[in-house]
Amino acid sequence: MTAQAPITTAIETGGGTWRFPASQPLRLDSGASLAPLEIAYKTYGKLNETKSNAVLVCHALTGDQHLASTHPVTGKPGWWSRVVGPGLPLDPERYFIICSNVVGGCMGTTGPASPDPKTGEPYALSFPVITIADMVRAQAMLVEALGVETLFAVVGGSMGGMQVLQWAADYPEKLFSAVCIAAAPRHSAQNIAFHEVGRQAVMADPNWMGGDYLKAGVRPEKGLAVARMAAHITYLSEAALQRKFGRELQRDGLSWGFDADFQVESYLRHQGASFVDRFDANSYLYITRALDYFDLAAQHGGVLANAFAKARGVKFCVLSFSSDWLYPTAESRDIVRALNAAGCRASFVEIESDKGHDAFFLDEPQLDATLRGFLAAQAQARGLNGGLA
Amino acid sequence: MSIVREDFREILRLVRPGARVLDVGCGEGELLEMLTREKRVDGQGLEISPEGVSACLARGLAVVQGDGDRDLDHFPTRAFDYAILSKTLQQMREPRHVLSELLRIADQAVISLPNFGHWKVRWALLSRGRMPETGALPDPWWATPNIHLCTLRDFTALCDDLGLRIDACAALDDGRPARPIDPRKPIENWRAETALFLLSRKAEAQAEAVPRNLFGEVELPKPEAPAKPKARRKKK
Repeated sequence: MTAQAPITTAIETGGGTWRFPASQPLRLDSGASLAPLEIAYKTYGKLNETKSNAVLVCHALTGDQHLASTHPVTGKPGWWSRVVGPGLPLDPERYFIICSNVVGGCMGTTGPASPDPKTGEPYALSFPVITIADMVRAQAMLVEALGVETLFAVVGGSMGGMQVLQWAADYPEKLFSAVCIAAAPRHSAQNIAFHEVGRQAVMADPNWMGGDYLKAGVRPEKGLAVARMAAHITYLSEAALQRKFGRELQRDGLSWGFDADFQVESYLRHQGASFVDRFDANSYLYITRALDYFDLAAQHGGVLANAFAKARGVKFCVLSFSSDWLYPTAESRDIVRALNAAGCRASFVEIESDKGHDAFFLDEPQLDATLRGFLAAQAQARGLNGGLA
Repeated sequence: MSIVREDFREILRLVRPGARVLDVGCGEGELLEMLTREKRVDGQGLEISPEGVSACLARGLAVVQGDGDRDLDHFPTRAFDYAILSKTLQQMREPRHVLSELLRIADQAVISLPNFGHWKVRWALLSRGRMPETGALPDPWWATPNIHLCTLRDFTALCDDLGLRIDACAALDDGRPARPIDPRKPIENWRAETALFLLSRKAEAQAEAVPRNLFGEVELPKPEAPAKPKARRKKK
């Protein structure tokens, strides 16, 4: 995702897998519960004496806990190493930064590939359907287990931003500030439509085998790759694709066939192929479903402002990107209006960028400056050392 | 510049400590920061330029990138004690709507605006027949952001029309300290270059205590035409 070199300065990192016994089940919105529950997480920096410097970063659909350290599967730098690191807006020398893999994920947290304690086999489709609120509930369990009562900030982009909003709705008393980047208060028909294309691609792959591919020792790689290719287009913008690839060809001349003639085809094929190495197809189904089910207003009588009724003490920062057509600026404005209507203090900026939705992973100086400014000011208000950057 | 600072200094004097303040068109947040530091207000800014918003964020201010013409409708009624609109009303597409929205959202509005009735403006038109370029209105007609200029008399008439009470008014003239005025006096419509108003809704203004002598002593308004509603200072 990022061209930046890995952080060379040593950051104190921690983490592992937190195991909640069967006596501490995760109660799910569907009515089911999940036990035992394992949550894979990483931490960067140290919790201070007053336990006031903890930051939770929530990852996006295909992200994971490897926020700012080398990814164990891909060997690439963490997905947000541009933002998290010494001297960066989320500086582990100042904050205790936590990032955990969402429930339903496939990087160590309990998900459809985890063994079902009843059978010892992978859950597959017997895994319960989960929601964004379930993901947040699991994070709250982890945060509490780590000895953190209140979070200085909860920060996330895309699906991570939806988790931030859910945190504000469900645990406002545990939050000091909240940063929601390139997100939406609900999934639109278009969002659901694209996800459905992805899910159908996975399920159409004969190797999906009704979800039981792990038992059969195969993987629906082709279906998952197509799902990723379709989704990846929605993360970019027309301008970014045009600038990056235009109509450039892979080699001289057309093949007069169906090879990847155009560079953009080759790029998408590469995105699809590399994705299947690190992601579980059933996890993709479950997490896209959780996103589709997300509608924060519907959870609160159809009025989005009601979701934030108890969050008046939380300082919000909402950011969008001008070329994001997956979760366009209008969605972020809806969030801000609801926050204003609820009497919350909110800041909002639309960042000018032609990079589309994925701009929040990429080199966007205004994003960095905004995050830095907001967090530094909140750190000062919170009395954290060196609050003024 | 000196007018801006005078403007801010007077606003700083007006605002009650600890009040909830909305600054519409807050720029880089100088005023909100002053209000936060010196009056400990609970402030919220609205600013259209991304640079302004970023500067506000770096100052630790809550600021929403938005447009006073469009985004006021989404604030709840009486969410603020004061709404501030500093030298921006004349740049709005719908000043009348903006003014009534400000006094829906907030109990009082602090509005400053250039007076198109000022003698320099009148003289420029009369003598040269050209659009005026003055200290308060420095831009040529083709570059000015001001699309809805008015005189003091126009503005007080609009306040009357909207049922707004003028709690206080001061003239801000380049390089001079603020001067409390009765904005309905014809002479002030000639000599005030910029005016700062403190407004409230009439119905509530009677019920709530309004501080007296906000700008020092000023002569009581003299009746002009008896039918017209008058600004009155509340007696203690």
